[in-house]
Amino acid sequence: MPGLYLPSTERDACGVGFVAHVKGEKSRGIVEDALAVLGRLAHRGACGADPDTGDGAGITLQLAHRFFKAEALRLGFDLPRRRRYGIGQVFLPADAGARAACERVLEEAVVEEGHRVLGWRDVPHRPEAVGVTARNVMPVFRQLYVGLRRVPPSAYERTLYVIRKLAENRVREGALDPSGTFHVVSLSTETIVYKGLLLPHQLAAFYPDLSAPTMVSAIAVVHSRFSTNTFPTWDLAQPFRYVAHNGEINTLRGNVGWIDARRSQLRSAKFRGGLERLAPIIVPDKSDSAQFDNLLELLTLGGRSLPHAIMMMIPEAWEGNLAMDEERKSFYRYAASLVEPWDGPAAIVFTDGSLVGATLDRNGLRPARWWQTSDDRVILASESGVLDLPADKIVAKGRLQPGRMFVVDTSEGRIVADDEIKRDVAGRFPYGKWLDKNVFEMDELDAAPPAPAIGGDELHRQLRGFGYSDEDVGLLIAPMADTGKEPTGSMGTDTPLAVLSREAPTLPQYFHQLFAQVTNPPIDPIREALVMTLETNIGPDGNTFDETPESCHQIRLPGPFLDNTQLAQIAAIGEGAFETRRLSTLFAVADGPSGLRTALDRLCAAASAAIEDGCNVLILSDRGVDAKRAPLPALLALGAVQQHLVATGTRMEAGLLVETGDAREVHDLAVLIGYGAAAVNPYLALDAVAELVERGDVRGPTADAIARYLHACDDGLLKIMSKMGISTVQSYRGAQIFEALGLADEVIARGFAGTPSRLGGLDLAALAVEALDRHDRGFGRQAIAITDELPVGGRYQWRRRGERHAWNPASIAALQDAVERDDRVRFGEYQRLCDEPDDALVLRDLLQVVPGTAIGLDEVEPVSAIVKRFVTGAMSFGSISAEAHETLAIAMNRLGARSNSGEGGEEPHRFEPEADGTWRRSAVKQIASGRFGVTTHYLVNADDLQIKIAQGAKPGEGGQLPGPKVDERIAKVRCSTPGVSLISPPPHHDIYSIEDLAQLIYDLTAVHPRARVSVKLVSEVGVGTIAAGVAKARAGAIVIAGYEGGTGASPLSSLRHAGIPWELGLAEAHQVLVLHQLRGRVRLQVDGGLRTARDVIVATLLGAEEYGLATASLIATGCVMLRKCHLNTCSVGIATQDPVLRARYRGKPEQVVAFFTMIAEEVRVLMAALGARSLDELVGRTELLAPRADRTGKAASIDLTRLLHKPAGVARFVAAEPWSVADHLDHAIMAAAGDALDGGKAALVTLPIDNTRRAVGTLLSGEIARRHGARGLPDGTLRVKLTGSAGQSFGAFLAPGVELSLEGDANDYVGKGLSGGRIAVFPPRDARFAAEDNALLGNTVLYGATSGELFAAGQAGERFAVRNSGARAVVEGVGDHGCEYMTGGVVVVLGATGRNFAAGMSGGTAYVFDKDQRFAAKVNRELVELESLVDESDLWLVLGLVEDHVRLTGSAVGRRILDNWELMVARFVKVMPVEYRRVLQARRAAARPRATILPMAVS
Amino acid sequence: MGKPTGFVEWPRVAAPRREREARVADWREVEGHHDAATLAQQAGRCMDCGVPFCMQGCPLGNPIPDFNDRVWRDQWQTAWRRLDATNNFPELTGRLCPAPCEAACVLALDGAPVTIEHLEKELAERAWREGWVEPQPASARLRTGKRVAIVGSGPAGLACAQQLARAGHLAIVYEAADRAGGLLRYGIPDFKLEKTVIDRRLAQLVAEGVELRCGVRVGTEPTWDRLRAEHDAVVIAIGAGRPRELEVPGRDLDGVMLAMEFLEDGNRAVATGGAARHDVRGQRVIILGGGDTGSDCLGTSLRQGAASVAQLELMPQPPTVRGAGNPWPTWPLVLRTSSSQEEGGERGFALRTTGLVGADRRLTALVAERLDPALQPTGEQVELPCDRLILALGFVGPVTGDLVGQLGITLDGRGNVAIDRTSATSAPGVFACGDAHKGASLIVWAIALGRETARHVDGFLRGGPSWLPARGVDQPF
Repeated sequence: MPGLYLPSTERDACGVGFVAHVKGEKSRGIVEDALAVLGRLAHRGACGADPDTGDGAGITLQLAHRFFKAEALRLGFDLPRRRRYGIGQVFLPADAGARAACERVLEEAVVEEGHRVLGWRDVPHRPEAVGVTARNVMPVFRQLYVGLRRVPPSAYERTLYVIRKLAENRVREGALDPSGTFHVVSLSTETIVYKGLLLPHQLAAFYPDLSAPTMVSAIAVVHSRFSTNTFPTWDLAQPFRYVAHNGEINTLRGNVGWIDARRSQLRSAKFRGGLERLAPIIVPDKSDSAQFDNLLELLTLGGRSLPHAIMMMIPEAWEGNLAMDEERKSFYRYAASLVEPWDGPAAIVFTDGSLVGATLDRNGLRPARWWQTSDDRVILASESGVLDLPADKIVAKGRLQPGRMFVVDTSEGRIVADDEIKRDVAGRFPYGKWLDKNVFEMDELDAAPPAPAIGGDELHRQLRGFGYSDEDVGLLIAPMADTGKEPTGSMGTDTPLAVLSREAPTLPQYFHQLFAQVTNPPIDPIREALVMTLETNIGPDGNTFDETPESCHQIRLPGPFLDNTQLAQIAAIGEGAFETRRLSTLFAVADGPSGLRTALDRLCAAASAAIEDGCNVLILSDRGVDAKRAPLPALLALGAVQQHLVATGTRMEAGLLVETGDAREVHDLAVLIGYGAAAVNPYLALDAVAELVERGDVRGPTADAIARYLHACDDGLLKIMSKMGISTVQSYRGAQIFEALGLADEVIARGFAGTPSRLGGLDLAALAVEALDRHDRGFGRQAIAITDELPVGGRYQWRRRGERHAWNPASIAALQDAVERDDRVRFGEYQRLCDEPDDALVLRDLLQVVPGTAIGLDEVEPVSAIVKRFVTGAMSFGSISAEAHETLAIAMNRLGARSNSGEGGEEPHRFEPEADGTWRRSAVKQIASGRFGVTTHYLVNADDLQIKIAQGAKPGEGGQLPGPKVDERIAKVRCSTPGVSLISPPPHHDIYSIEDLAQLIYDLTAVHPRARVSVKLVSEVGVGTIAAGVAKARAGAIVIAGYEGGTGASPLSSLRHAGIPWELGLAEAHQVLVLHQLRGRVRLQVDGGLRTARDVIVATLLGAEEYGLATASLIATGCVMLRKCHLNTCSVGIATQDPVLRARYRGKPEQVVAFFTMIAEEVRVLMAALGARSLDELVGRTELLAPRADRTGKAASIDLTRLLHKPAGVARFVAAEPWSVADHLDHAIMAAAGDALDGGKAALVTLPIDNTRRAVGTLLSGEIARRHGARGLPDGTLRVKLTGSAGQSFGAFLAPGVELSLEGDANDYVGKGLSGGRIAVFPPRDARFAAEDNALLGNTVLYGATSGELFAAGQAGERFAVRNSGARAVVEGVGDHGCEYMTGGVVVVLGATGRNFAAGMSGGTAYVFDKDQRFAAKVNRELVELESLVDESDLWLVLGLVEDHVRLTGSAVGRRILDNWELMVARFVKVMPVEYRRVLQARRAAARPRATILPMAVS
Repeated sequence: MGKPTGFVEWPRVAAPRREREARVADWREVEGHHDAATLAQQAGRCMDCGVPFCMQGCPLGNPIPDFNDRVWRDQWQTAWRRLDATNNFPELTGRLCPAPCEAACVLALDGAPVTIEHLEKELAERAWREGWVEPQPASARLRTGKRVAIVGSGPAGLACAQQLARAGHLAIVYEAADRAGGLLRYGIPDFKLEKTVIDRRLAQLVAEGVELRCGVRVGTEPTWDRLRAEHDAVVIAIGAGRPRELEVPGRDLDGVMLAMEFLEDGNRAVATGGAARHDVRGQRVIILGGGDTGSDCLGTSLRQGAASVAQLELMPQPPTVRGAGNPWPTWPLVLRTSSSQEEGGERGFALRTTGLVGADRRLTALVAERLDPALQPTGEQVELPCDRLILALGFVGPVTGDLVGQLGITLDGRGNVAIDRTSATSAPGVFACGDAHKGASLIVWAIALGRETARHVDGFLRGGPSWLPARGVDQPF
């Protein structure tokens, strides 16, 4: 690919489901039901630019013997009896020659393996049933009939697998299929898959086979795909051979890499001719789901049952689970030494033809609901209501819980429970005993003396020699050692990329962390710690197929970072099973830069020799640096060894440890783990801690300080993993979740193969020069510098003699002076300071604009047209003061531009213009993960509804507004309590996947159809692919933020190391959208460090149409980059809520107006020089950019070709294609409601509903908010009675005065953003199951609700009332993470809860009816305490709510409680946030009238 | 990082000055001391800004937030090490610098910057008291044997010499006067800088291997070219000694003298304990020029017992707050009151001297015309009786006759020694620093340029990059 698009970044997510007959009775009914289910999942799939081409749909069925036998006979050959033949469903190239070649290869493989080809069948299909795009690349569909001979029945599937692998490999190796069409969809004696690049409803129409009366099955698995890509590929449609997958494998690169590394160790007697000839096991360049299927298939065919193999690949969260039995834990622990978890959100449906089941990942990040009917059918799907089932036929229903498995065994004719399956698997061998014998804990190792600490002058030499700066020690290490936490900073980063820095940055600085956005959620490593683990193993890894005691020969570490004592213990092991060897990673200074390469060669040879000698723990060590010997960059040494050992097939025979002075900050450590180290000992940083203690800068004793430092490193690693949605260090290890910027292919090839590095950059020699430069500071000429001070650093704070910053005293002073006086000359100076640095600072400095044919300035569109494209950054009221927030809004409204509310809500008084025209409203309203203040009224007062997926300063992380910053006013607008901390979760809990995002966009469109919905993403490799998905999810605009920007508080390491510059992200997004013919649907906006008119022009040429300037506009109002936003001590009154400091605020709207006006004026001048009359003419015109020829030094090594690549196609916005809400159910409701919406007569409307009816109540709530404001309608004005299964987002943003009463059940996101309405859900009156024991509502109910009520006579799923800030709810059971991040409101649970209840709950109260006293163990006590109900007010509150619950839902359990109230009340447990109680008590005390003594009257 | 809320909790407390009556009665330093707690609070007011403008405001690039923080945390010795790393003579800048750092301090936005200069002085004084100021001679391993002549022993020359010595070269300082120190020695009155402050520093330089040769008039004996021939490099650090003259009738009357003559005479008298030849006791003194030198003359006159003192300026009285074109963080052009001006005397503004009146060749009065804000004559004439007129009109550049004649040194348009980006003059191996090339400027610039020149000389001598610490990039506001 010449541009920035990488097909490997493609993601998909989907709807899945199965229908099965428990007793295995085959019927047409099962097939038809499954097709119906698929049709009802259509909204979870997507289509691209061609509306008739879907992303893929398919079905897996049991082989219908009668059908295929008849077909064979018709074609003139006979079939043996059942199971003695296999049928291959094959996609073949359209080209006749290629097709024949592929067929021949397949046939040969069949014969080679001793079987015979019975014949081929052309699969009937109707090309007219699919879209043009799909038709253009349509394969030829043929079925291969294979007669099986001479193998025992148990080997049937294995032999067919071998045939398929051989054929696939030969086609690939022989380049027989240039179009890449050849694909064996399935080849099995048991199942057959029909799939294609189809929309769900097209499947049956396309394949007439599926409608044949004899096409019967007892099992049918279906899948509807939503892919971010639109490159039409038939083979990536699902199901695959064993699974249909809704989700994403975050650790894919590592998983594939480790399987590759294991290649030589994979041995199985079960495969004739060995496994080597089948390699690669994991077919490269396929989707994560396809690759998952590859390994699962192999594990299964290697002799494990499907559930067993799934348990190995997607283990549930067992590490910290106190309730799990030891046997099962032992199994998981043992399995971990055989295969790394495939980590990521997943709902997987699997079948081998007799067993069908499903499982969820440990986080439960994908929904799965199931029903069992009285006629022995089981239906499982991503949504409830996918099949119309009479209520009286349902005997049970439920939802799959995180990490749980649900299996229907049709051969045994029963449903097998999770516990039973897992008990069986865990009981196969005495795993526990094996572990006891072969796994060593750290405390079982002999003590060994640690290396003595380096101190005094030698320490300083070493620190200098390893490139430490004063900031490294003072700003990073010291706070970590002192507090055990990573330090925080603000205001983004504005220093050069490592490849543009003159300061010889260490190698990890060239690596940028990747993070999850949209297609998978990041995790909250603090509040959801129960799913995360740092536990790791060192030692050789065994054969994945063998289950022997020796396979788990390992040393277990509680975490991957070792202090000197632990390292010494491991290094000292030298007898028996473990043999350790230290390999020096130093090179001779005298050898000069070329010495680095030879040293790497030597190191790799030494590693091989060590393994040859039987060593199974290798320690790569750079101890011993002196004047003559310099350290290799530890990361390079590790990468080279790792890759060398993988290439030689010996990697799994030894664990790699790194003992290095290089690693000092969390990022350094994370990169080492990410490239394969099992553990790291950052000895020099630890010695620096020791010295800090000695100097009195850090509290002692030293051992404690070191422990605190390492603890901070642990937490930091968890955070970095969680950003990507990865839960376990084991799967993070070697997963290479980084992007390199500024490293040449040579370097990548040497140590980091597979890591994207799209700009080229430094080669090994150049890295060596930097390594020697650092060494020189400590041991060479530079060491004569007169003092023993470390270099100043200056990366986090501007310093003279430090790293360069774009925002420096000169540029800030010039800008402020220019806007204060509206002075164009001074503004010119400001722009020159930014645009013409003495050496390139940012990527765009490497570009020049190629002058065109100039036109007159008067021909260029006016300033007023240009400023419309400007926005200020999203900065919440709360993070900045009301004064600053309103200054920006007033100015932008005056200009006709847009300000952004940020994620903190907005005070309603700002919504309407004032008499003098002053308008304080933010045109862009943000919807962020915290949903603070996101009410219906807020939403309808926007022009642009912006979904913030990530922010540049800390993509993939949540945030926290500390209690002291939450004053009365902020609490009010955020619907919370003053003084109580507010936590924003890392993900949007209603966006775990691309189809979820589509749903939220739909919800927002429903509430405010006239607003544009935009989605904010942060630059990283693959952002283009995500942007394509977002465009397909029908966003109207996509914001690409660079990593530089950011005004919020953020951990220091996140500020710099996560994300990449906007230039790359923007260009990638633009290129991919053009390539996929999606560019015309969306506007592209860019932000993150734009400062000048030239920046605007460069951004336009790279593909942007709108421009965000956040930091610059803040500086225009007086910000001086104190970078103290997180401390509430902003001395210029901007990022503070302190009234004393706010009084110091001097900003005026005029300054902001002047700033944007002058930018626009300068933009016009540049446009005239380019000959452009409007900015639109310049969008995406990369031919007007050229790399500067006068680049020198490191900058000269950068290759900008891919950045400037220009794909053909529509290259700018043409017309939006928003969701249509024309057929929304609310129209029917409103039509029937008479004048109720106008506040007239109360109305009652009755309607049926099904799961395709989404966001019911939302559209009319938007209408109510527009007409009546936040107050809505009087209670009881509009009552709507619905029957059936409601689609997602039932009652989202429901306004006051509306009551939805649903008889049936509902899916995810019920009552999302509830804004005053009332929802009641209860099972059908004729239901046969007990309501309280069954799943009624989906996941993430009442997310971000601000007021209103919900009553549900049944159970809800995960994350009930997450981020609720005001709604009251009664429910009869909830899943994991109930009341997470709640800040207000009341939740009454009349049944069981899942784990991690009340995590991050800082406000509100929950009352749980704890029938069997199991609740206490399930509560996350970080912020809350449990109390019993004694307070009168509590009793009345709960009683009242339960009474309402019974009245509105007819709840049986509610009635039982009321009937025995006196007895039952004692079983209620009150969950009370500690901080909340303190604040409430303080407020009550303050409100209490004080007794005063009146002065005596003096007469 | 200071105390985050320190600047809200504690107001700025400027350096204390002794009582007026007491201080005009002697020659000792005017400035007093704060107690340690006050100093800690004042340092704690520092906000540790993300962009410390103070550091850009300081030509030396002193790590101001870093040493403030250390003082706040009572880690004076560490604070001292930080300061010592960038400033050779903080005890001098702490007394004499007009503190552009404070003007650029973010807290100066509200008129109450951190008392950076005073903290600097206190830090330096404590370091001397505690014995933390030790000679830092180059280790034997680093000695190069190269000889560098530094001509002029003002702050630029001394800083340059110290840096060169620490880098391992033999630095020889040539000074025309009998004692080293340049302007510091006889140009600055003791009430601002007691001379022991210079002496203890000179002792450190000598201990580090700097050779001081006083009483040597380079240009006369030896000549500049001979000096160049005898050394591996030469640094011109001769200052900008040419005074600006008053060109009006009567300039030659008795009682009219240059500020430097007056100050040198007074300072020598203090140094020796003898009487001043130009003592102004009982006289009516007029000082022309409102700058620091004028103020020094004022303070000296008051202490000598003048009957009256008036200080006149050509420019109109500046505003008390910043004007629109003079925003923070640039140097504020506002009315300032020096310690001497606090002590007494009158100030006159917008007066251009048109003539001097005398009797018997002795000065009796000064005639001046009053100017409007555009500096045009208003027509109003004033005649001010006086016995002594001191001309503190500034300096116009270095004395360069011998330099041009003997070395063929190129001068810039203003008559200063021209140098390139490596501080090199047009003569090979000859460098210049301080006022000699910049024109009369601040002591902090002198030190900064002396350091910078030392770095270039070091590079020149080694034929490669110097690793003496750099000043950092200057980007004026």
